[in-house]
Amino acid sequence: MSKFANIAIADQVDESKHPHSFMTKYIWSQDHKVIAIQYSITAIAVGLVALVLSGMMRLQLGFPNEFSFIDPSAYLQFVTMHGMIMVIYLLTALLLGGFGNYLIPLMVGARDMVFPFLNMLSYWTYFLAVLVLLASFFVSGGPTGAGWTLYPPQAILSGTPGEHAGILLMLASLAIFIVAFTMGGLNYVTTILQARTKGMTLMRMPLTIWGIFVATILGLLAFPALLVSAIMMIFDKVIGTSFFMPAILSLGETLDHSGGSPILFQHLFWFFGHPEVYIVALPAFGMVSDVIAVHARKNIFGYRMMVWAIVAIGGLSFVVWAHHMYVSGMNPYFGFFFATTTLIIAIPTALKVYNWLLTLWRGNIHLTIPMLFAIGFIFTFTHGGLTGLMLGNVVIDLPLSDTYFVVAHFHMVMGVSPVMVLFAAIYHWFPLLTGRFLNNALGKFHFWGTFLGTYAIYLPMHYLGFLGVPRRYYAMGTTDFIPESAQSLNASITVSAIIVGLVQLIFIFNLIWSTFKGKKSGRNPWQATSLEWQTAHFPPGHGNWGEQLPNVYRWAYDFSVPRAKDDFIPQNVTPEDVAYLDTEESNKGREPS
Amino acid sequence: MSGNKHQNKDTSSLQSVVSDWSADKQSFDMPWGKLMMWIFLLSDTFVFSIFLTSYMNVRMSTTAVWPSSSEVFALTIAGHHIPLVLIAIMTFILITSSGTMAMAVNYAYQGNKQKTVYLMMATALLGASFIGMQAFEWTKLIVEEGIRPWGNPLGANQFGAAFFMITGFHGLHVSAGVIYLLVIAKRVHQGKYQKKGYQIVEITGLYWHFVDLVWVFIFAFFYLW
Ligand code: HEM
Ligand SMILES: [Cu+2]
Repeated sequence: MSKFANIAIADQVDESKHPHSFMTKYIWSQDHKVIAIQYSITAIAVGLVALVLSGMMRLQLGFPNEFSFIDPSAYLQFVTMHGMIMVIYLLTALLLGGFGNYLIPLMVGARDMVFPFLNMLSYWTYFLAVLVLLASFFVSGGPTGAGWTLYPPQAILSGTPGEHAGILLMLASLAIFIVAFTMGGLNYVTTILQARTKGMTLMRMPLTIWGIFVATILGLLAFPALLVSAIMMIFDKVIGTSFFMPAILSLGETLDHSGGSPILFQHLFWFFGHPEVYIVALPAFGMVSDVIAVHARKNIFGYRMMVWAIVAIGGLSFVVWAHHMYVSGMNPYFGFFFATTTLIIAIPTALKVYNWLLTLWRGNIHLTIPMLFAIGFIFTFTHGGLTGLMLGNVVIDLPLSDTYFVVAHFHMVMGVSPVMVLFAAIYHWFPLLTGRFLNNALGKFHFWGTFLGTYAIYLPMHYLGFLGVPRRYYAMGTTDFIPESAQSLNASITVSAIIVGLVQLIFIFNLIWSTFKGKKSGRNPWQATSLEWQTAHFPPGHGNWGEQLPNVYRWAYDFSVPRAKDDFIPQNVTPEDVAYLDTEESNKGREPS
Repeated sequence: MSGNKHQNKDTSSLQSVVSDWSADKQSFDMPWGKLMMWIFLLSDTFVFSIFLTSYMNVRMSTTAVWPSSSEVFALTIAGHHIPLVLIAIMTFILITSSGTMAMAVNYAYQGNKQKTVYLMMATALLGASFIGMQAFEWTKLIVEEGIRPWGNPLGANQFGAAFFMITGFHGLHVSAGVIYLLVIAKRVHQGKYQKKGYQIVEITGLYWHFVDLVWVFIFAFFYLW
């Protein structure tokens, strides 16, 4: 089969291919690093919209009837857009489109993605998806208020805000996003499988790459369910088919639909929706592992276990989806099956948490900003994971379903936790992009504000959930079983949320300020071993590696190797070039270093 | 002497199969484009599986009767009522086109440009005639039987909805395939792959065989059930 051998991009160092004009360099760029930054900036910008929306929801909940511009419809629209933007357009896009793009070629030792043009198309298609999504704020009726789960029949019936243009734009935007993701995802997977540099075996890849790799495969297999259900719902809405629509009496009128299955949509949505949780979690797992290893100067504990745990979680995530549907009236045996699989996922997941802790244990922990966020992540993730174990059981979920306990759970586990890792990752890799550190003092402030603020927001929510405060409610009204004190709790949550929101502005300021004025970092400031820090130019230029691709001789975690002179050995250092301390005999009388 | 226990993959405790597969450079001995096509097709398999699962689901959820496939899909030719005749021809054509495609790939690797181009054009032509017949079938269902995605005089609404959606989606795949074939055939003809090699023909072939394979499932689920 060797007649199919490729001319690796490595052997095509053709200077004439470097882009020169502003347009080809920064706008229609095919360089994975530029595309990564385009993805990141777009994702963060649209994420700020989602943050503002959450602030407005909190204002309404904390101080009902004070803000006239938030009516019940607007509240539902905010909930929906906030949830969808956060999950898809921020986290998925930033973790895979942003970090995936930036880190994959650099960490596996490739010059670029295997199909750079497709990669560029991926970004611009994503950009289009964002525009279509945001357009729904400006059409008549506004964006859809169906909740991020978009359950039919209500999503497309009158009574739900944005039932005409809003829901269609949402579905169209999702479909476009999926096309964009597919173009990018095919690139990521193929690059990781086929374009690794010499010596970079799969089992030497940093865990970041493993996380991104498995998450991308999950995306390629899970997004089809969302795509198909979006298509079917568009048909139900626009041409009056009845895929998801049973015979219905709406506002006293019999509708033309009959015979469809709303439950079918729930199955399809969660067949996508649960793996989606891991699409954002797995890259985060990977990145946090690397951050912890680098900043604790210790090899990751149980590398191989970590890899198999990622793969196992990825596989299992396809057989647990109906734990989101316990209240849909499913057969108890199904409930039993899905509860069991859900609890099984806890095994590889807990294993990962133990391994992070054991990596820290007796490590040489540097409490840098990335490390602070990584430790914060271990807290929030464990916390959200434990409530997940509770909700995975049918009998516990039934009373808690659709209460604030669920809101608290998923914010801890898939909202705050990946965001913590994103912050860790941004503080960690910022010097690679810019050659400068993010400001440390602002960073500390950002961390403590976010970490403590998060707990101030979400801990009380668990309690509200136990009281029975329902999710997606504009106001609690005068309900007997909810005590007065719940309202004061809500007010305090809102104050915390506003503070957390403002703290993020400091982070944005830090990003912009440090890009131009930050302290110079020099090469490889964290003394990391992985390849992205060992490029010919710093920060890496177009083509990444200059004349020659690096050769890899070791895994990514040679930190504090016994008797080695430095406490880290980069992956591309040959065994001969490793400097060792002298042997015991000749070492007599010297200070141990 | 050296502390690098990780540099040598022979010392790994994993089986040799795994270490072979996870060795450096390429995990699969094939061009990048080909692997990418495989992964895309895997993803597309999920798309079609979900379409077909949804179809089965609504077929069970609807309370109205499902039209009998030997009735709706029958043609009356010269006074004879022949069930499934059109679809038999369509299926035959599509499977034949897989044959011509396979031959095109074979000739491509032999470096026989002329034959490759002819066979790819033949494949495209067969694909186009499939689309033509599908258009004919749709017209018959819509005009003669009065079936619409939103309504069906013969019973369940979901029949028209699922049928038009899924065969339409497949038809789009075939149409895209025809265009893809023609573009690549033209480029082969222009000699653009003389130096690079002809893997692209095989990649095109993969897509085409996939579309044919999907048809077999659609055929089984719609016409034989
Ligand atoms: C400061 C940070 C955040 C605050 C204050 C916040 C607040 C809220 C609030 C008030 C709701 C509506 C609860 C309800 O009425 O049911 C909500 C829903 C939601 N949030 Fe957040 N959120 C934040 C960050 C995030 C992040 C990072 C994610 C990413 C996964 C996220 C995902 C969601 C989802 C999926 C929903 C459910 C939407 C729905 O019910 O349709 N949130 N959030
Ligand atoms: Cu789930």
